[in-house]
Amino acid sequence: MAKAVLEALAARFPGDVYEPYEGVGGDDCMFVRKSEIASVCGFLKTEPALAFNMAPYITAVDYLGTEPRFEVVYNLLSTVHNHRVRLRVKVPESDLELPTVTTVWRGANWFERYCLDMYGIRFRGHPDPRRLFMYDEFVGHPLRKDYPLRGRQPLVKEREIGDIYRGPGPGGRD
Amino acid sequence: MPSSAPATSEAIGFFEKNISDMLGWARKNSIFQYPFVTACCGMEYMSVSSARYDIARFGAEVPRFSPRQADLLLVVGTVNCKQAPILQRVYEQMSEPKWVIAFGVCASSGGFYDNYATVQGIDHVVPVDIYIPGCPPRPEQVLDGLMLLQRKVQDQQHKLIDRAQVPVLAQGGTERR
Repeated sequence: MAKAVLEALAARFPGDVYEPYEGVGGDDCMFVRKSEIASVCGFLKTEPALAFNMAPYITAVDYLGTEPRFEVVYNLLSTVHNHRVRLRVKVPESDLELPTVTTVWRGANWFERYCLDMYGIRFRGHPDPRRLFMYDEFVGHPLRKDYPLRGRQPLVKEREIGDIYRGPGPGGRD
Repeated sequence: MPSSAPATSEAIGFFEKNISDMLGWARKNSIFQYPFVTACCGMEYMSVSSARYDIARFGAEVPRFSPRQADLLLVVGTVNCKQAPILQRVYEQMSEPKWVIAFGVCASSGGFYDNYATVQGIDHVVPVDIYIPGCPPRPEQVLDGLMLLQRKVQDQQHKLIDRAQVPVLAQGGTERR
């Protein structure tokens, strides 16, 4: 049962993990302090009773208007014991840097590049810190809540279309 | 003045008209496609090329993966802002005469991706002849679009030796159509 995971974490890192709760669908979730996330993940992987050998999804959330603004969410899975845990790390906008977990799981590489590309969250010690989806000429981080939804930055000059009629419709192109 | 009489600049002679009809017939029945397939519409493209909805009936079964050897640029699927320069480059490398079909709503108008990454229709990048809407379009719709293109090809003016200059889009030339 994954409650033991949260208890083991709280016992090992008393000051750095806080607020365990049961999330959506019965998942066990916990908050982790930003500076300690790499050591927490290392402990979760190497401890034989926990053995979290997989990080299937690491993503970021933008809570525009609250302080700290961002959160990085680590969803971890143990294929040995078949339990999951979710770790949430609050990241303020003034200090957008976290230690990387690519030393723990190689698969976290692209997820951290995704967080950099879409939210601007940097990871100290990442072996390949560059954009994942967007092209290098793109300015900004598109999944932030203050980035315009239709903020396209075309790479080629768009040609004039004079000969077809585009009618009124959603999207404000009337 | 009867409106059905063609203007003098458009009138072509008897032999030119016959040659144009013959070349139009030959070109419309032997289209070499360049399948620029990016997304899910590629599944319907594969269906159309397969045995049941046979595109070979129209003579258009040969996919040429070199733009120099292709007549028809079949843009299948979503084109992102990152992909748009590549599409433009492929289009420019094709030799005349060439046509473009926008296959699916993502290629026609951006589809339901009205966001920061998707070009809202490839007609912002290349000139398009036929738009086939659908997400994805049924193979019958695709064949209908192909037949529409065949009508367009037949009605265009074809010459045995076409001495007109081909403009280069990237260097600021305007398109011919």
